[in-house]
Amino acid sequence: MAARTAPMEQPAAPVVEMHGITVEYAGVRVLDSADLVLRPGEVHALMGENGAGKSTLIGALTGTVPIVAGRILVDGVPLTPTGVARSRAEGIATVFQESHLSPHLSVAENIMIGHEVRGRFGIRWARCRERAAAALATLGIEDVDLRTPLEALSPATKQLVAVARAIVLEPRVLVLDEPTSSLDEAEAAQLLGVVRRLRDQGVAILFVSHFLEQVFEVSNRMTVLRDGRVVAEYCTAEVERAELISKMIGEDIDALQALHSQRLSHHYAGSSQVALRATSIGRHGTLEPTDVDLVRGEVVGFAGLRGSGRTELARLMSGVERADRGELWLDGSRVQLRGPAAALRHRIAVSSENLRNEGIVAGLTVRENIVLALQALRGWTRPLSRAEQEAVVDTYLDALRLSHEDLDRPAGELSGGTQQKVMLARLLATRPHVLILDEPTRGIDIAAKLDIQRRVAKLAGEGVAVVFISSQLDEVVRLSDRIVVLKDREKIGELSNGPGVTVDTIVEMIAAELDGPAAGDAD
Amino acid sequence: MAAVAPEQSTTGSPGPSRPRPQESRLRAIARRLRIDRRYMPVVGTFVVLALILVIGGARYENFLSAGVLANLFINNSFLIVLAVGMTFVILTGGIDLSVGAVLALSAVSAAYLLDAGVPAAVVLPAVVLIGSVIGLLIGLMVHVFDVQPFIATLAGMFFARGLCFVIAPESIPITDETFVAIAGWDTWVGGQWRMTSSVVVSLVVVALAFFLLHYTQFGRTVYAIGGGEQSARLMGLPVARTKVLVYVVSGTCAGLGGLLFAMYSRSGYSLTGVAMELDAIAAVVIGGTLLTGGTGFVLGSVLGVLVLGLIQTIITFEGTLSSWWTKIVIGALLLVFVVLQRVLTLRRT
Repeated sequence: MAARTAPMEQPAAPVVEMHGITVEYAGVRVLDSADLVLRPGEVHALMGENGAGKSTLIGALTGTVPIVAGRILVDGVPLTPTGVARSRAEGIATVFQESHLSPHLSVAENIMIGHEVRGRFGIRWARCRERAAAALATLGIEDVDLRTPLEALSPATKQLVAVARAIVLEPRVLVLDEPTSSLDEAEAAQLLGVVRRLRDQGVAILFVSHFLEQVFEVSNRMTVLRDGRVVAEYCTAEVERAELISKMIGEDIDALQALHSQRLSHHYAGSSQVALRATSIGRHGTLEPTDVDLVRGEVVGFAGLRGSGRTELARLMSGVERADRGELWLDGSRVQLRGPAAALRHRIAVSSENLRNEGIVAGLTVRENIVLALQALRGWTRPLSRAEQEAVVDTYLDALRLSHEDLDRPAGELSGGTQQKVMLARLLATRPHVLILDEPTRGIDIAAKLDIQRRVAKLAGEGVAVVFISSQLDEVVRLSDRIVVLKDREKIGELSNGPGVTVDTIVEMIAAELDGPAAGDAD
Repeated sequence: MAAVAPEQSTTGSPGPSRPRPQESRLRAIARRLRIDRRYMPVVGTFVVLALILVIGGARYENFLSAGVLANLFINNSFLIVLAVGMTFVILTGGIDLSVGAVLALSAVSAAYLLDAGVPAAVVLPAVVLIGSVIGLLIGLMVHVFDVQPFIATLAGMFFARGLCFVIAPESIPITDETFVAIAGWDTWVGGQWRMTSSVVVSLVVVALAFFLLHYTQFGRTVYAIGGGEQSARLMGLPVARTKVLVYVVSGTCAGLGGLLFAMYSRSGYSLTGVAMELDAIAAVVIGGTLLTGGTGFVLGSVLGVLVLGLIQTIITFEGTLSSWWTKIVIGALLLVFVVLQRVLTLRRT
């Protein structure tokens, strides 16, 4: 239970020690004095929500991310990581989260590139293919043609090829960043088997996954990161899921308590008129078939950890991604949504998870950004007049507490929180009937968060059906009338929010064992 | 569909636990013939080449004679060398617009130095080196200062072309004995087939390039960069060095091409090779290399040059057509190939 537990047995001397690692991007501290120790024969899990700094820590180890402070020791000897080649030379092999293979090269070439078997007459391809085949066989793949270009393979096979590339050199330290994200259950089990076998051979393994059950299955030790800091270190055998999850998502900040009571009193003004209904909507490999109703005047929260399917559900319901099963009903009639533009015409507005990166046109002014979607909706043949623009912009300026001076500045120059508000204003300007907000408050300060949450509450009051997705469960609990809980790409339950529902209620639901009884559908 | 099923079980390796993706009939044939799908564009170029030969052979007497075909290599040896260098650059996803001007600079320098009495043994390596140095400068611009290859090589092009005029605005004839002897050397292989020193040089360059691209880490890195620079970096490959080196290779090839051109024309003239970089690019693209990088073969580029050369030959044989028809046909062919590539890439994804 206790953090910083005593060693399990006689611990082996660490292979890798990272002390006080600090990383900054453009002055923002994304990793703050993080420590990590990897021992041979141990699987060490790195846990944390999106943006907690997991990938940054891995980048620091492999030299793809420059560190501001801190030191890295390999076998007690200081290492200055300069790039992947350097860390590989130390026996540290990494499977990165993003694809890092070459799509046009063959399977064998991808596995062997950079460490080809060379003879007097250059690369010896026959030997290279032998070694590649051996590495793939370790992973249980024997039927892939080594000459196939990588791009012809399924995402799962690609991921396994990336792992094969890492283990072909027989590393001492193996770093796996989300290695199972595109694997199905059998493939993941196979990979976990390999991880265990390598561990037993004395390899030190750093394992990052957002699938909780896999982490519990395979890891010996775990380090929890939140907002760039190490918040806990556990022995896997001694930690409870609920404690781990609450460490990952963080303590409540009660500055928003007032809003909560407001929302509670608002319950339940919903008109019970269903705006958008999804019946067994799903997509193979993305989300199991799911039913959800969005009701006018109601805020529905999608709760779950990253990778639970909360974003995927939102994307399927709004037509951003095409569902391959299930139906969507809008105000009682069936609709097919082909993309966000079609959704917008049906008055469904969506903000994506990476909204700031994808949504804001950095070169346009705030004013132009706000009227963008409205203009798109009207069509380019009917431009908004300056007066109309002013009217629209003014409406949302005060509501979202945007400053007048910012209006004519390029949106790219503004802070993240302001950009987020501009995006919200843009969506609101289209007067949506259904508003889907995926992580609208991520990475912004408390004041901006409060503004956005207030606005969301007010919208529901005006009769809009709102979906609110956040990895901060306290936010979800505070704002939602109903909470849809997802885990491992499946909806595991639905809660009607009320005085009895807290963050813990949801945490318990998610933490319940895979086939344990899900908390009852309170409806 | 039912007829296909038993075949699949014979081609599949023992114990396939993962089903193969559905294959089209065409691809199934390719698999049967053991043609890697990556070679398909090159095979396409080869078919076009054969088609032109058949048409030419049917329409004109003596078209398929060894003399005509040997001349094809002799007249295009410098373009083959340029296209080989260009292949390296395009494989990384870059482009080199400077090669035509560098070729001219190299030829003019050779003529000027020989005219000034510098011995051929010094001049030959020196002018090739001029190309390498310009290539190095361009490579550094592209990599260190992150200048678009298009712009960096455009600057290189103006620089080299300008230097030509500084050295000599008029054509300088080459009379150096050693140089003329080397340029005039030839050998008869297999009866009617004549090979000049230029052809030998160009074929050696092709062989060397093939070895570099497929049997060294440098070559593999070239392909990997074309597949995605960030990916290549995450694989721990020497991206920076390789990116600079491809422009050095291309520049060196242009320098060598200039030398071959000087041998071919026995002179150096500052207006030679105008727009020749575009011919080289056309040859590479017709040879099946994707302009986005990552896929392509140096042998394809050689085939591309031969296709261009054959079209020129046909227009000459036709006699009544203006030589500008060459450009029109090449343009049309280029369009067809680019569309074909697009279709191939789309079907993959």
